[in-house]
Amino acid sequence: MNLNTIEEVKRPTSADQIGQWRDDYAWLAGGTWLFSEPQAATRTLIDLDGLGWAPLTATAEGLEIAATCRVVDLHDFKGPAEWRAVPLFRACIDAFLMSFKIWNAATVGGNIVMSLPAGAMISLTSALEGVCTLWPHPNQSNGGAPREVPVVDFVTGNHRNVLRPGELLRSIHLPASALSKRHAMRQVSLTHLGRSAALIVGTVGQDGTDFLLTITASTPRPVQLRFAAMPSADELRRAIDERLPPAAYFADVHGSAPYKRHITYYLAEQIRAELA
Amino acid sequence: MSKFEVNGHLYSAEPRPGQCLRTFLRDLEVFGVKKGCDAGDCGACTVWIDGKPFHSCLVPAFRGEDRKITTIEGLATDGVLHPVQKAFHDAQAFQCGYCAAGMVMTTASAAFQEHKHDLPHALKGNLCRCTGYRPVQDALHGKSNIEEDIAGKACGASLPNPFTDAILTGKARYTMDIAMEGMLHLKVLRSPHAHARITRIDRTKATAVPGIVAVYTWEDVPRRLYSTALHEDHLVDPDDTYMLDNVVRFAGQRIAAVVAESEAAAEAGVRALVVDYEILPAVFDPVAAMEPDAPRLHDKNEVVTQNGNIFCTLQGEIGDVAKGFKEADAVHEMTYSTSRVQHVHLETHGSIAWKGEDNRWHVRTSSQGPFTVRTKLAHLMGVPAREIHVFTERVGGGFGGKQEMVSEDLPLFATMKLGGRPVKWEWTREDEFIGATTRHQMTTRVRIGARKDGTLTALDVHVVSNTGAYGNHASETLGAAMGSPFAAYRCPNKKGVGHVVYTNMIPGGGFRGYGASQTTFAMECAMNELAGLLGIDPVEIRRKNVVRPGDNIESIWQEPSDASFGSYGIDQCLEIVETELKKGNGVAKPAGDDWAEGTGMALAMLECGPPTEHRSGAEMKLLPDGTYHLACGSSEMGNGITTAHKQIAASIVGVRARDVDIINADTDRTPYDTGTFASTGTVVAGKAVHLTAQAMRDDILDFAARHSGVDRDKCRLDNDAVVCGNKRILLAELHAAGAKVNHRFTVGRKAYLSPRSIAFNVQGVRLAVHRVTGEIRILHSVHAADIGRPINPMQCRGQLDGAVAMGYGWALTENMVHDEGHMVNPQLRNYRIPAFADTPHTDLFLADTHDTIGPLGAKSQGECAINPVAPAIANALAAATGVRFAHLPFTPDRLYSKLSARP
Repeated sequence: MNLNTIEEVKRPTSADQIGQWRDDYAWLAGGTWLFSEPQAATRTLIDLDGLGWAPLTATAEGLEIAATCRVVDLHDFKGPAEWRAVPLFRACIDAFLMSFKIWNAATVGGNIVMSLPAGAMISLTSALEGVCTLWPHPNQSNGGAPREVPVVDFVTGNHRNVLRPGELLRSIHLPASALSKRHAMRQVSLTHLGRSAALIVGTVGQDGTDFLLTITASTPRPVQLRFAAMPSADELRRAIDERLPPAAYFADVHGSAPYKRHITYYLAEQIRAELA
Repeated sequence: MSKFEVNGHLYSAEPRPGQCLRTFLRDLEVFGVKKGCDAGDCGACTVWIDGKPFHSCLVPAFRGEDRKITTIEGLATDGVLHPVQKAFHDAQAFQCGYCAAGMVMTTASAAFQEHKHDLPHALKGNLCRCTGYRPVQDALHGKSNIEEDIAGKACGASLPNPFTDAILTGKARYTMDIAMEGMLHLKVLRSPHAHARITRIDRTKATAVPGIVAVYTWEDVPRRLYSTALHEDHLVDPDDTYMLDNVVRFAGQRIAAVVAESEAAAEAGVRALVVDYEILPAVFDPVAAMEPDAPRLHDKNEVVTQNGNIFCTLQGEIGDVAKGFKEADAVHEMTYSTSRVQHVHLETHGSIAWKGEDNRWHVRTSSQGPFTVRTKLAHLMGVPAREIHVFTERVGGGFGGKQEMVSEDLPLFATMKLGGRPVKWEWTREDEFIGATTRHQMTTRVRIGARKDGTLTALDVHVVSNTGAYGNHASETLGAAMGSPFAAYRCPNKKGVGHVVYTNMIPGGGFRGYGASQTTFAMECAMNELAGLLGIDPVEIRRKNVVRPGDNIESIWQEPSDASFGSYGIDQCLEIVETELKKGNGVAKPAGDDWAEGTGMALAMLECGPPTEHRSGAEMKLLPDGTYHLACGSSEMGNGITTAHKQIAASIVGVRARDVDIINADTDRTPYDTGTFASTGTVVAGKAVHLTAQAMRDDILDFAARHSGVDRDKCRLDNDAVVCGNKRILLAELHAAGAKVNHRFTVGRKAYLSPRSIAFNVQGVRLAVHRVTGEIRILHSVHAADIGRPINPMQCRGQLDGAVAMGYGWALTENMVHDEGHMVNPQLRNYRIPAFADTPHTDLFLADTHDTIGPLGAKSQGECAINPVAPAIANALAAATGVRFAHLPFTPDRLYSKLSARP
């Protein structure tokens, strides 16, 4: 929709062209959320397209995903054979409520900084132990050093994250170690192919150790449970209960909190059984 | 200036900083780019950028610079339709056509090809409210659904919509698809409170916003009471509404209108208005609202509500219900409730009003009843109706939502104040959810008894309907709720009490099924429960008790009714659904013990047309070239009624449907029509067309007999000629002969509705439900309809498919969630109308009936098919799980906790 309060679009080609940050600025990546709701408090958009970041950079250490990487690019990514988790990219992308057309515009970073419980790129990158690189705004007082925050800690609640004003998500790094793990993923929605009520991913090392369960959508922010060895069904359930009391689940029109708790147990156990 | 290439044309233009590509293209008068949601959910605005499909409402316009943009207008080359356009043409993969541009641009894109093997996924981003997606699938599978247009054989043929090419090439003009010099834009401030008195409105800051032309509040507009509901008889709805009021009774009620040179300025003006409120206590639950100490919605200075918030009570008894229950061997009693849902016609409401060179007021609008709108506008503005012209061009869906005057009055008022400059008010999707109307939420307690053999002995129902803040359609929908669902069964003792109650919720309104849907749900669930108590098959108990010719067609009143069996096909419908469900469709239950499987069915009865007044007129003339022109006041909003009217007329005068040109829904250019709602398009307007075409035929034959000197009974129409004895005179020649003696070949007829025939629908469902997740999968969906002779079988099936799909949405996916009267989910991503993935294929069957009341054997077909769907699903769920789910909707989070125990 038209964002009629916007007075200016800045289109920098390098970060130092951005100038002073103001509260009524907003970063523009794909625009698929920004342009889906009125943004009455925003006057200026800063277009990240002109920064020209390479969408995907694969190295021996892992995969660097630029915040501005289009979802479609991630969908089409084919990694080395030893990165067994790459099919999870498509599985999570398919879990989006949105269609393939939106993939052409929406960005991985945009989905993460939106920080919605059902953000499938949050599910994906937190499950694969991704780490965000955040660029401070040049006029920040902390000397301008980038900082690194794991995705699982980046999102702090429904539509909330650790970004400070003017701070910019530059990229997400998925370590090769996580990309090489086995994985299982489950998703449930109230409607067919609808928005996730729960999207849960499990990963485990090739040797069966280091089981990592990432719970998203059913909780306001991603929740991770790590086990040195594969837990039993009871151990898993107890671990979930310890981390997530009934009130810790996220209620919205895409599922009541008790329902989300119920299917979290169910899907988590399915994942455990599949990977055990 | 930036350069844009749109459909091969170069434009030099500068988009506004926050402008999206959708409106930028429309500013270039590329109107094929539609708006269903403006938020990326519906896909109606899909365009290609360098060949890739995008939702243009989400694309910042500046990103289109130096790119090749293709819209629906640019898809055909040299007038030859793109293969996908041709496929949509042949399958008739649209009804109102509003989603078609986006559907075509999506499915014709190169990127779609790698997804099309999985249509539920591939069509996630394209919503259609009319069709139920079956014809879309047909188009993508290359199936043709149309037949040839043969002279004299138009009636009963599956002819394509006459506006197909315009719709599929983006040329068809919907309400907002027009540019006018000097257009002003109107936006409204809506109430943030569910109940409040406005103590002060400070417009200083708003009027200071650059571009603001005017601000109107309750102090500026005529203080005349009216109802927004459209009916022939305005007295059936309470005059309880002001254009703008100093009391707000629901969150979303309009408070002030701001008119500005641009939409952006109007929005800024709305934000700058300062309103002080005295917050009043609010009540949302209709039962609580009936308590003596409940906050009062309407005070006696405005609307006399003698019974507090109870706007209307309907009650009656036939026979002796107490005695009937004594005779019963089994009695079922339960309370059922249905949810509040919205029409979600893909084209939002919107109107443009201006003063014409004829010094009259013109209102271009999206309405199911332009004539009734004109009457109401004349009343509100205090001007004679003849000074107001209301018309539609192409309307993008209605479903009852446009049987309401909610967008015409403010633009007309504004243009009247502003010297006649065009004023446009285009609604947003959020406006629809918080400021239009909804299906009435109803709670129905049913008590029903029968003898061992299944014979009903007594029925007692208690209905509470929540009409929200205003009473538009309140008593009529309650009347429908208390009517046909109970009249469908012969039972000597019936009793009912229904209340419709004011609360501080968004107002209810007319919605396909119109009250009867809500109580059909209760009654049809109760019939299954009763059958279960008696150990009788659910089809059998219906077969035993359903009304049949010779019975009184009566619910809880004994007053004479004009409902009558012009045909009778419920026996066939029950037989078909029973047989098909037994036969099965080969779709197996998903593997595993966690899936429970069950089958259910339900029926619904419809009296074809409203019990209140309704009338239509038509005019027809023979043109000099020997073709015809038909004018009919009826609205076309995707229901296919203009196609049907052409077919009716063509079949009477013996030509091809394409030889009858048509104009509709225009208070200047067509005769009066109450409106296209209450299942009247075929049986009232169609009857007017039928009578008119007969008069046309008679007029031509009479003249031909005089002209040729051949006996009238030896004259007959033969396509483009009249045959008189052994002489064949071309109609063009006859017209010329007539012109010499001032014979104009022009006729008009009017139709009124009485008696009203009776139609039936039966829905069968076999489903699987997952005991843990609560997921429901529809394995087999069967629908049989008793709609008489179909004028256009393809269109009739389309109406049935669409209505059934809407039924699935109501039962399974849609729910307006409110918190203290504020809607929590007023976006299509959060309020889920069925997408392709949600919509099962339904096997459709038509009973072989030919109605003696409706025109050419036809009955109503677009409305009632929604009614049996939800109870059929509920009955299947009960069969699968042993649990009676009595409250809509059946979303997994509302089911799962009762499912965990295995049988």
